[in-house]
Amino acid sequence: MAIQRRDLIAAGAGATALGGLPWRARAQTPTIRVGVINDMSGPYRDSGGPASVVMTQQAVQDFGNRGFNVEVLQADHQNKPDVGANIARQWFDQGVDAVVDLPTSSVALAVNQIAREKNKVHLNSGAGTSDLTGSQCSPNTVHWTYDTYMLAKSTGAAVVKTGGDNWFFITADYAFGHALERDTSNFVKAAGGKVAGAVRYPFPATTDFSAFLLQAQASRANVIGLANASTDTVNCIKGAREFGLQRTMKIAALLMSNIDVKALGLESAQGLLLSESFYWDMNDRTRALTERVRAKNQDRPPAMTPAGCYGAVLHYLKAVADMGVAAAKASGVEAVNRMKAMPTDDDAFGPGMIRPDGRKIHPAYLFEVKAPGESRNPWDLYKLAATTPGEEAFRPLAEGGCAFLRS
Amino acid sequence: MDDIFGIPAPLLFGQLLLGLINGAFYAMLSLGLAVIFGLLNIVNLAHGAQFMMGAFAAWMLLAWGGIGYWWALLLAPIIVAVTGVILEKLFISRLYKLDHLYGLLLTFGLALIIEGIFRNEFGSSGLPYRIPPELSGAWDLGFMFLPIYRGWVVIAALVLCLATWLIIEKTRLGAYLRAATENAALVQAFGVNVPRMVTLTYGFGVALAAAAGVLAAPIYSVNPQMGSNLIIVVFAVVVIGGMGSILGSILTGFTLGVVEGLTKVFWPEASATVIFVIMAIVLVARPAGLFGRA
Repeated sequence: MAIQRRDLIAAGAGATALGGLPWRARAQTPTIRVGVINDMSGPYRDSGGPASVVMTQQAVQDFGNRGFNVEVLQADHQNKPDVGANIARQWFDQGVDAVVDLPTSSVALAVNQIAREKNKVHLNSGAGTSDLTGSQCSPNTVHWTYDTYMLAKSTGAAVVKTGGDNWFFITADYAFGHALERDTSNFVKAAGGKVAGAVRYPFPATTDFSAFLLQAQASRANVIGLANASTDTVNCIKGAREFGLQRTMKIAALLMSNIDVKALGLESAQGLLLSESFYWDMNDRTRALTERVRAKNQDRPPAMTPAGCYGAVLHYLKAVADMGVAAAKASGVEAVNRMKAMPTDDDAFGPGMIRPDGRKIHPAYLFEVKAPGESRNPWDLYKLAATTPGEEAFRPLAEGGCAFLRS
Repeated sequence: MDDIFGIPAPLLFGQLLLGLINGAFYAMLSLGLAVIFGLLNIVNLAHGAQFMMGAFAAWMLLAWGGIGYWWALLLAPIIVAVTGVILEKLFISRLYKLDHLYGLLLTFGLALIIEGIFRNEFGSSGLPYRIPPELSGAWDLGFMFLPIYRGWVVIAALVLCLATWLIIEKTRLGAYLRAATENAALVQAFGVNVPRMVTLTYGFGVALAAAAGVLAAPIYSVNPQMGSNLIIVVFAVVVIGGMGSILGSILTGFTLGVVEGLTKVFWPEASATVIFVIMAIVLVARPAGLFGRA
């Protein structure tokens, strides 16, 4: 399914294929259309991909029937800004009201502009860049799950506290990697540490990281900061262990999810510190949510990004019900304003709120990966090391430089 | 030790060695491509997918059959080669009389299908595969810390490459193969079963890719897209070396590994591009490639 669609889009013939199928003859009841755009076929597939669609559908199901229909669409942006922008533009023109997920910061920033131009809603879960609520903020956007500032503060500061005060970054050479490196460097310097250097490697065309690991080793830094994600992070950690870097350096995997820990294996991952805003085994509510979706999600608990799609879509639907379907469809800005006016509460993230700049506020959790002996089931991977409360976890509103707030 | 171009000499030596290790993968993969192109006239774009299948076969043997690395090194290439032989019999053999482009498109399509199937079954994030205990650990070379496994990869690749070259250039079987590419009808008239020979050659090329996949499994994440980044680079290596030249693809593979390694030190952002810049220059200056015959 995903492959067909991907190829059609790539061939430029996507318009008819995407537009023709899903919605017809439901003229009587009003319909809200929510489109999930993410990586269905590349390195970020497992951290979102089909799981984000499952969680979006779960949000629709848990929301229940309140007098309007909700349709969920999906598409593959292949981590390419132009492909993502084309899909979003077509969908908006064909009556899609909100796009969801949008991992890969370069794609998210492109779609951010289009959602604003067309006055639709952009519910971002998968992208990292904190610019979405900073220099490139938009009144049409809610940035739900995490951002580079949160990761930098939670993981970065924790590593500095344990004595890692001299950093060398291995950075994916695109918007996300740059933002993560920048935000982490700020924390390291603010805590009295220094940055010995950085290499920026081509994304996603790099498989072997040993050359960069050796440069990190030669820099005499005591922390290697991985400003990348997914398979790249896994390959870097594998390589670092192989080349014996852990004898002199700490590894700070700045964005890592339970999916990556699984791919690496507890044997290699044990002891790593990482930050997430959702973990399936946090409390009774997260466990109940996990039970509801597990069978639909290839028998896996949801990861952080799909959980964010759940929370964001559920809250959006509540806002739509509150203001009326017609008003919500008429203006993306008004729909987002209503979301900001209402306190949030869902099984994945618990109670929280959305700030005027579009930043969703909830706690950030610092986890330590368990040793193989401590793990009681195949997805029992983390122990909680620290919690940063929501008010402190994200960049203060005044420091973001969000332009539309001033006008 | 002194600095060389502003880089400490130990670091530079380390990078040269790493370049050779990556070059070993390029050499093994481009060799398989060159053998298949040289004898079948097929540009096998499924090669990256077959490399990936080799790594997955090793993982399956271990996870499902409890069969370890050393047996996997032998069995995985055979298993993947059998799938290659089936593909050749069913699809590829129908295209020998047509233009190269058809073979290229067919194998590209096969690669997308194979990668899609693996992605659906196993996801995209990868599976863990451990370095065999005999080869874990590292040597301290003074200028760098060399993991034993990486050293093993270079040695294994060199042995495989040289053995292939010897078989094709120095044995009677190799002579038949080369003769069959020149004039298949004549060789068949001497009683040699040319279609079977061609099928087995394809299987052999695929086995080389799978062997590289097994070697890669412990050091890279075993995931469905692991071959797709590599195949484009390897294709460039074959073009630079000269399509169909066995020795050319081996030497070019190692050399470009080193060139790419040095680029990672001096200008990391360009490390994915440098090989294609070289390819463009070579195509302009020597369209048949460095070792090819026009």
